[in-house]
Amino acid sequence: MRKAIVTAAVVAGLLGGVAFHASGAASPVSVTLPPAVEAFPGGPEADLARRHCLTCHSSDYVYSQPKLSKAQWSAEVIKMVKVYGASIPDAEVGPIVDYLVAQNGKP
Amino acid sequence: MVRKVFLINSVAGGAAVWAGLPARAMGEESAPPVDLPLENGRRRLVAYPQKRPLLVLTSRPVQLETPFSVFDEGAFTPNDAFFVRWHLAGMPTAIDEDTFTIRVRGNVERELSLSVGDLRRLAPVEIAAVCECAGNSRGFSTPRVPGGQWANGAMGSALWTGARLRDVLRQSGLKAGSVQVRFNGADVPVLPATPDFRKSLDVDLALADDTLLAYAMNGRPLPLLNGFPVRLVVPGYFATYWVKMIDDIEVLTQPDDNFWMKTAYRIPATPTGGVEPGATGFATTPIGKLTVRSFITNFATGRRIAPGLQLIRGLAFDGGSGIKEVDFSPDGGITWERGLLGPDHGRYGFRAWTAAFTAEGGKRYTLLCRATSNAGDVQPSVAAWNPSGYQRNVIEQMEVRA
Repeated sequence: MRKAIVTAAVVAGLLGGVAFHASGAASPVSVTLPPAVEAFPGGPEADLARRHCLTCHSSDYVYSQPKLSKAQWSAEVIKMVKVYGASIPDAEVGPIVDYLVAQNGKP
Repeated sequence: MVRKVFLINSVAGGAAVWAGLPARAMGEESAPPVDLPLENGRRRLVAYPQKRPLLVLTSRPVQLETPFSVFDEGAFTPNDAFFVRWHLAGMPTAIDEDTFTIRVRGNVERELSLSVGDLRRLAPVEIAAVCECAGNSRGFSTPRVPGGQWANGAMGSALWTGARLRDVLRQSGLKAGSVQVRFNGADVPVLPATPDFRKSLDVDLALADDTLLAYAMNGRPLPLLNGFPVRLVVPGYFATYWVKMIDDIEVLTQPDDNFWMKTAYRIPATPTGGVEPGATGFATTPIGKLTVRSFITNFATGRRIAPGLQLIRGLAFDGGSGIKEVDFSPDGGITWERGLLGPDHGRYGFRAWTAAFTAEGGKRYTLLCRATSNAGDVQPSVAAWNPSGYQRNVIEQMEVRA
């Protein structure tokens, strides 16, 4: 049994890391992606970012950006609402922008 | 379940062993993070399924950058190192090629539902072609712009095998008045209100000799993250049009006005595609053909090199006219020498080139390379800037010390 498992693992490795089903043919292909990065540090001030931003994307979308101005972060959040349909209430846009500026902003 | 976990761990372990590093579970960093030369440029190196450790730009939707040293491996980018860029988090992680279908509909005589097997029965075409993200090198825009902060690794060249899109469209029969063909993939947005990722080509380009529905990449099935089982291949054009996991082809009688054509992926309608930073109100046009570029692949900035004769290796490409010449300068552009072009894999692929210079111990060198295409386009010495950081192709500069 152990040998069979090892063989299966080696075969899967040779085929490039996919979990193949049944026949071992190239179809169907099923993969398991590593977990997404979903960390928005902080206390309650981070809750809005956790609740709204993580719906559609990981937090590395924020932290891989260069430091953006408040106007740029504001434009990004408004784009999420107007273009991508994020359901962020008007009253929560300002606090999210402030949080993003505090996390990865510039004057 | 236990077995599945075991498999995944072993597979990731294999990738880590390949990199000469301790085995770790898939998804864990297989090496220390890499600092790209950008503000906030720290990237984790993680082996995703069917991939060797790549630079993680974002994890959901997944965007993975090819470490630049890979490009020194040759004029074809290995499948397991090819960059990854998804727009929508609703990307299927399981695909059954046997049941996967591609619908052809819209302004056609006959609607079709094609299997991958149907595509394989059409005349196969093989083309070496560069797939480059419109935002490749965006992280080097000055001033910086928001968006995916790629260094130079959001590109790759593969040998693509597939059926001509034309053969499929002819089977379906385009009706009079067809102006564009729109493509959709199996990925979906999380929120219904988010525009689904769809892209369109003008009919002429859709019917062109080299536009393919590709089911193989470097002789193997596409990695799932690169669009298994079928992706559109539009040689010479930016990757935004190379729709992955394609399952819907729709012939339109009007130019596509969906968000991803009308608003996104547009460049200033200027000769260089650039504007003054801060400019507003300029006309825009959908991004199109790749701009001419060249890179040195066997050195990196800051590297100490040995004194004596140095061989320079590099790659060049353009939007499909082919590379005419690559010039190399060891002294910041004071003197230039013509590089030697490597094998020609076709006008759309990476073209390898080499050059040489003699380094004196203790001296610093500013290495430049500059490609010229058969169409007469030359890389500029000053980068064109645009607010989306698209189609960067400035002459690359590298500082080394002997």
